[in-house]
Amino acid sequence: MADELIPRSDEFGLAKANEAKVPITNHESASFSKQMLGFWVTFKTMFKKVNTVQYPEVKEETAPRFHGRHQLNRHPDGLEKCIGCELCAWACPADAIYVEGADNKEGEQFSPGERYGKVYQINYLRCIFCGLCIEACPTRALTMTNEYELADDTRAKLIFEKDDLLGPLRAGMVPPPHPMYPNTDDGNYYRGEVTTSHPSQGVAEND
Amino acid sequence: MSIQELGTEQEVAVEMITCVIDGFEITVPKGTLVIRAAEKLGIQIPRFCDHPLLEPAGACRQCLVDIEINGRAFPKPQASCTIPVEKGMIVKTQLTSPVADKAQKGIMELLLINHPLDCPVCDKGGECPLQNQAMSAGHSESRFEGVKRTFEKPIAISSQVLLDRERCVLCARCTRFSEQIAGDPFITLNERGALQQVGIYEDEPFDSYYSGNTVQICPVGALTGTSYRFRARPFDLVSTNSACEHCASGCSMRTDVRRGKTLRRLAGDDADVNEEWNCDKGRWAFKYEVAKNRITVPMIRDAAGQLQEASWPEALAAAATGLKNTSAGVLVGGRVTVEDAYGYSKFARVALGTNNIDFRARRHSGEELDFFAAAALTATYKDIDKADQVVLINFEPEDESPIIFLRIYKQVYKRAIKVISIAPYASRGSEKLKAKLIKSAAGNEIAAISSLSGLSSKSVVLVGERLVETEGGLSAVAKLVEQSGAKLGWVPRRAGECGAIAAGATPNLLPGNRLVTDAPARVDIATAWGTPSLPTEVGMSTDEMINSDLQALLIGGIDPMDIAPDAKIKLAKKFVVSLEIRQSDITDIAAVVLPVAAVVEKSGSFIDWQGNTRSFESAVSQSLNRSDVRILSMLADEIGRSIKLTTVKAARAEFDSIGNWDGPKIAMKSSPAKAVNAVADGEGILSSWRNLLDKGSLQDGEDNLAGTARKSVVVISGSRANKLGVKESDLVRVSNNYGAITLPCVIADIEDSSIWLPRNSLSSQLIRNLGVVSNSVVKVAKA
Repeated sequence: MADELIPRSDEFGLAKANEAKVPITNHESASFSKQMLGFWVTFKTMFKKVNTVQYPEVKEETAPRFHGRHQLNRHPDGLEKCIGCELCAWACPADAIYVEGADNKEGEQFSPGERYGKVYQINYLRCIFCGLCIEACPTRALTMTNEYELADDTRAKLIFEKDDLLGPLRAGMVPPPHPMYPNTDDGNYYRGEVTTSHPSQGVAEND
Repeated sequence: MSIQELGTEQEVAVEMITCVIDGFEITVPKGTLVIRAAEKLGIQIPRFCDHPLLEPAGACRQCLVDIEINGRAFPKPQASCTIPVEKGMIVKTQLTSPVADKAQKGIMELLLINHPLDCPVCDKGGECPLQNQAMSAGHSESRFEGVKRTFEKPIAISSQVLLDRERCVLCARCTRFSEQIAGDPFITLNERGALQQVGIYEDEPFDSYYSGNTVQICPVGALTGTSYRFRARPFDLVSTNSACEHCASGCSMRTDVRRGKTLRRLAGDDADVNEEWNCDKGRWAFKYEVAKNRITVPMIRDAAGQLQEASWPEALAAAATGLKNTSAGVLVGGRVTVEDAYGYSKFARVALGTNNIDFRARRHSGEELDFFAAAALTATYKDIDKADQVVLINFEPEDESPIIFLRIYKQVYKRAIKVISIAPYASRGSEKLKAKLIKSAAGNEIAAISSLSGLSSKSVVLVGERLVETEGGLSAVAKLVEQSGAKLGWVPRRAGECGAIAAGATPNLLPGNRLVTDAPARVDIATAWGTPSLPTEVGMSTDEMINSDLQALLIGGIDPMDIAPDAKIKLAKKFVVSLEIRQSDITDIAAVVLPVAAVVEKSGSFIDWQGNTRSFESAVSQSLNRSDVRILSMLADEIGRSIKLTTVKAARAEFDSIGNWDGPKIAMKSSPAKAVNAVADGEGILSSWRNLLDKGSLQDGEDNLAGTARKSVVVISGSRANKLGVKESDLVRVSNNYGAITLPCVIADIEDSSIWLPRNSLSSQLIRNLGVVSNSVVKVAKA
């Protein structure tokens, strides 16, 4: 019997044995009125507002808290907020983040305090954009942007390095490495008391 | 940190005491601490300062419990890590007593008041007892609203150890370790109250050989290692139990690897060997395996004399051609695993058909070979624990086998046992052991050995490998032990030497201590190997092979500079096949170089000085490098005389199946003593040993470790200083026909005709600079 359908649940052996033997048949013949009812649905839809967007010519804004590509933020003087603590990597359920910390040495200061993230990689082939890394970050270094165009032609290109993830240098920021703002410690940075760079730290970016 | 009770051996019947903890009755030996009795019930009381191998301190107060004895309760909660159980004691821990629970939470809150919130940048984060117990026994909110006390951070208390005083909870584990275990009280608690802090003496840096243990037992991140600083988190690491390859102490270790790279090594727990400790060399010297001059592909020397990379089949064919149908020998080196040594041993006998095999890449003698065959080495760490006295003959445990030093020191600290050292002068190690020094110049030890009296069957005699430098020394020791019944231990410096003897990598022994000259013993091995016959003559020793007209040599990991200054030149005239992990003096002259695996990349085992097998698994599982035995097996196949040891496991199984020789042991021949060196004015008898931290090739690339190495000095006596007209730390020139060394001097109570130099330290590499290492007359002059 060609038109006999076996219930799909049987694939998993879930159907009871005697139920599985009852065939579901489509003997019921479709009446003309029922066909017209179906066409009406199609016709009616033609007058509804269209949701389709002509991507990539037209790009719609995402929801403000959309989980897009990550960004590594900077302090207002340009030092990196990331301290290489690996809590993001620890929190990541997909094992998409790889971090190696290193020591901020004199003359090689990348972040306030003792430690900075020397290697920072996010593998977007693995990332599930759950945002647990953002919650784990103790310095608010890692946040997510709304950027969603994350497709490429090789696997290697989808492993984003620190340079790909670091936020841009805005006005008043000095590209690290450079010393911390004079007479401050990392606590001042975390409390938001450093609001711009100091001339002794280097030449700041102009907007 | 381990919580089980370690190293307490009950010999006699001990009084047992029954008490009740949280409603459960438990019977424990008298003297057991409450916290330890609770552990036996599976009740964990939070703690920081308590450590089973250190004396109780009661410093952190985290382990407070309610205690009642015979109906009378203590008015306040008591620290369970300082109170031994007593009859009728009823203990209520945080699990059953709200008072104890509240007290513990209060202590935790106080500890956290001044503890910085820098867990994200702290190396201990993720494996921190304070973090864990703050979660289990702490409040989630702090009521402290003031400003935390801060200190400058971190300060380097040595080139290896960093101290962050803000994080310290003043548990005094590090200071107690330094005092009670290592005997190096360079680290103490200074100041009082909130400003109390761990500190070092200004004029004496924390250059203990055991400083790494303080990092491991620190329950917070106050002490951290420089090499591991910010390198990884515990969840990044794959840990493998391993054995230490640096000396014959036989430490159990844990190797932590991140993405195929060893990041740190920790002391493993083994109550019978290293307890929970190890030395800084074992802990921090592992970068040699990733050194830039690492060899990973086979190489063949071309017609122009340059090494060219080659495929394995090409290299094996070239090596086989050179070794086949010629007079050949094998130099094994002292760092091989038992399995590899067994491979070399079988390769020499089966594939090359010779007994020309020797593992000794150092001073050696024929007397030593007899000693290997005849001596009954029975001493163990446990014998040291029970010893009435320990005799050290040409052996500096702190430098040459640091865990033996810790074991002896433990008994010196606890029971003040007698230690006698036969040496030219009292080193820092023997001073710490309060050893009675029998001053003797190098070469003159036999008089000192025969002067020893009062040894019993409870005494332990430990002989260093350096005694071979005195002719007749080992015979004298064998005689001494035979007469007194004392337990004898022979302690080589390198980890593979005891295993190499057991595996028969010597000219006179087959595997399992069977003499090559003994027909029944040979039949044993020939049957096991399925060969019709084995060579019957005792083979050549390392020196003999180098000086002989042998055409070809197969060489494992040796440094010709450990043997003789001209060894490299002599070896260059032969066809050399080198099995090496890095470029070396041997690969410089080798015709064929075959790369082998470093210890962390392979499995295998060492045999420690007690004769115990210390097996380990490969820590870096992705490595493509093979253990020596696999390469020897391929090479033997290529030669056409298979040794059928295709894996380390196969080698292990075959070695185990052979077993030890159960026939009679031969008696030690007594070698005559040589006449003592005569010294004229302005001359001295050279004596030396290797410092623990020196120019050893396994310490390459470890600058932090090298920072705590002891300074190179020449030790002279006061009367010699007067004669030379030098003061402490003036430069003194030591010279002979070969060369000279100029170093600052230290005036010490050294045997008058002797001078002492480190054997292989910075600016004092004796073979390279003087061509001799000891027992030789040199000129000493003011520089």
